[in-house]
Amino acid sequence: MTAEAPLKILVIDENPIRRAILDAGLRDAGFSNITLLGDTLGLLERIYAVDPDVIIIDLQNPSRDVLEQMFQVSRIVRRPIAMFVDQSDRATIEKAIDAGVSAYIVDGLKRERVRAILDMTISRFGAFERLRAELEETKSALKERKVIERAKGILMKNRGLDEEAAYHLLRRTAMSKGKRIGDIAESLVSAIDLLES
Amino acid sequence: MTTVFTPGAPHALRIGFIPLADAAALIVAVDKGFTRAQGLDVELVREISWSNVRDRLNIGQFDAAHLLAPVAVASSLGLGHVRVPILAPFSLGLNGNAITVTTALYRALAAEADGDIADPRVSAAALFRVVAARKARHQDPLTFGMTFPYSTHNYQLRFWMASAGVDPDEDIRLVVLPPPYMVESIANGHVDAFCVGAPWNSVAVDLGIAHILHFVSEILERAAEKVLAVRSDWASRHPDVLAGLLRAHAAAAAYVEDLENREEVCRILSAPNRLGVAPEVIGRTLDGRLKVAPTGELRASERYLLVGRNGAARPDPVQAAWLYAQMVRWGQAPMSAELLAAAQAVFRPDLYDGVLGAAPGRAAGEPADGIGAFAGPPFDPTDLAGHLSPWRIKRAR
Repeated sequence: MTAEAPLKILVIDENPIRRAILDAGLRDAGFSNITLLGDTLGLLERIYAVDPDVIIIDLQNPSRDVLEQMFQVSRIVRRPIAMFVDQSDRATIEKAIDAGVSAYIVDGLKRERVRAILDMTISRFGAFERLRAELEETKSALKERKVIERAKGILMKNRGLDEEAAYHLLRRTAMSKGKRIGDIAESLVSAIDLLES
Repeated sequence: MTTVFTPGAPHALRIGFIPLADAAALIVAVDKGFTRAQGLDVELVREISWSNVRDRLNIGQFDAAHLLAPVAVASSLGLGHVRVPILAPFSLGLNGNAITVTTALYRALAAEADGDIADPRVSAAALFRVVAARKARHQDPLTFGMTFPYSTHNYQLRFWMASAGVDPDEDIRLVVLPPPYMVESIANGHVDAFCVGAPWNSVAVDLGIAHILHFVSEILERAAEKVLAVRSDWASRHPDVLAGLLRAHAAAAAYVEDLENREEVCRILSAPNRLGVAPEVIGRTLDGRLKVAPTGELRASERYLLVGRNGAARPDPVQAAWLYAQMVRWGQAPMSAELLAAAQAVFRPDLYDGVLGAAPGRAAGEPADGIGAFAGPPFDPTDLAGHLSPWRIKRAR
């Protein structure tokens, strides 16, 4: 970045964690003029007030269609805004959409000035997605472990087995039926819940 | 990457849609097993915005999509976005939208109506007088919501109001609103009216806060609303898959239109991962019998939404020409014979006929020009200048 005015970046994202992650990433990369929007009430007026050079919006946001209208109504926002209208940006569009984000850039802005913003956004969205997937995995692993514990308890009580034997019975059953041990435990727990309810 | 279609092994496809009643043929084709019978294993992906549907179709994350007919044209012409040639070999629905106004605006229009307000000539003239009176009192312009810059809704609203001298850019604030926000926006006074597809008009009327002023079929008898869209390059690489998709859609459209199946169709569409609204509300749309006022007054039309009936499923290049003419009229596209030809080439009756057999001629009772507008001369796709010249209000470049 040279003596040019700092770029004004508007981030529209309903997810507060991802918003914060992106904000931190952009600041680390040397961008300081960042506005964060969590909801999209009166979106056009707020965009007019901020007058951003770059708008970043998550793909789960239905207000993306509202932004598209700005191609048409350049009188509402001061300058027309275009997203990757250049065919050569196709690869970037693909990466952005894979990561779950879209960006709109003021017409006439030099490509190299926004490249860093786009790359940062895409990588932070990707990182957030991985984080979320990991969290989901941890959660379901935790849940599965709990179910297996309960199933073992049921077998110990009803079949008079010790803990290790109960686990082996579950595992043997799973193997012979070609299922996962968590699924067998889940079936057993559901069956007992049904019988005892 | 070219994949070869092998009969016997199901071919996996991913198709995007927006939860609206005019996705009926697509959803029924998949959920009722018509696609499976053609050897296709379709995953339907519910999307949140038209921009997402367009982009994911364009970059190949979707093999096909439930798409606004004008977006298929705009994408093929490279208007407002990257140019990606799209084909529409099957029309998912004609008409199906309605114009809904707040109770306050309805009363104001009714007070100015010189005749039956259900007549679009009368309602448009009433709107002109309401707008003039607001201007004289230095009130803010009325705000109308619609779904996308390249949408039939946008063009229907503009065509209707401009016919009576209301300038949609100068006299009205025409804003894009995501359909799920329409009802909330009319409830909290952010908009005075909107044009949207089912079920949102009925939802607003049921809440007692709005009136349905017009079915769009009162403005244009036939307007291409949604199409089954595929990328042109995809279509040429997968002709057999496309043929199977068309056969499944034709069977599904016939199933949707058979009154015997109405209850079943409404049940399928109402599922949480499909439209996620009550079957009864969907039934009103398919029946074309809508409650238009909070007091319970009904209006019925055989033309409210056409899914396959009256030749509705066969893509009509005249429709594409009409849409392109509106893009020219409102300054979205320059006028050129080349662009007109490109727009018409998006709609592919030849692909439809090739798979489903040559179509019968124009169904009885259908407008001779294929459009049936309530105002202006008949539409002639070979004379767009003639179509645009009678209109005083236009932004043509």
